[in-house]
Amino acid sequence: MLTVPVEIQIILAGILFLLGLIGLLVRRNMIFMLMSIEIMFNSAGMVFVIAGNHWKQPDGQVMFIFILAVTAVEVAIALALLLQVYHHFKTLDADSVNKLRDHN
Amino acid sequence: MNIFFYIAGAIAIMSTIMAISRRNAIHSLLFLILSLLAVSVIFYLLNAPFIAALEVIIYAGAIMVLFIFVTMMLNIGMEGRTEKKWLSPQMWIVPAILAAVLLADFILAIRHVPDSPPADQAILPKQVGISLFTTYLLAVEIAAILLMAGVIGAYHLGSQKKKVTHRFLIKK
Repeated sequence: MLTVPVEIQIILAGILFLLGLIGLLVRRNMIFMLMSIEIMFNSAGMVFVIAGNHWKQPDGQVMFIFILAVTAVEVAIALALLLQVYHHFKTLDADSVNKLRDHN
Repeated sequence: MNIFFYIAGAIAIMSTIMAISRRNAIHSLLFLILSLLAVSVIFYLLNAPFIAALEVIIYAGAIMVLFIFVTMMLNIGMEGRTEKKWLSPQMWIVPAILAAVLLADFILAIRHVPDSPPADQAILPKQVGISLFTTYLLAVEIAAILLMAGVIGAYHLGSQKKKVTHRFLIKK
């Protein structure tokens, strides 16, 4: 039986969330930014599972399943957008894709 | 039992740090898969075996494979001009300090949590399924609509459209 205090578990999820936030702030490649968003989604779902385990309710795991569905949709759409961006601009650098108008 | 939690947590944190700091996208994705597997171990220890299986199957199995395929399709090896500059250590200091302050604040805020009712049984997949299809039935259907919108959107965005231009506008 796990006897780790629930504070430690939630702090672990918080550390993972902050690592994702740092990655989102520091990296400029859109693939890495998307991965950082994944890390943040995952740690948010982890908080739900921790809370569900804390109060012995299945609702936390249900919420994790919903987060999983949202994440899957988000990744599919975002990767399709990334393919379009790469075909138009030949780069995935977020700082060079900030022009709204066509360059030709 | 607790030592497994701490080991898995340490692996998750270290591999996430590696994942967000690698230059090569494939290396980074492989570290991220390792991190997700460590989180799956944590879910198993947290009496959620069903969620642990879903984490491996869907996150590490489906979503990360999608990432790897797109990375391979785009043939990404090199970064843009900004990132070369930003990956130097002094550019990491300010975001890292801000995030560390946020983490310290979070830890201080979370210190006092009311005690949980002590119960030892795991939450079985049966309970999760019953809750999912009775209490949260409407949310399940909304998630189904969202998934269908995602399929249509990904198909629409992913298809290569032929550009239609009037013959007078075609630049020679």
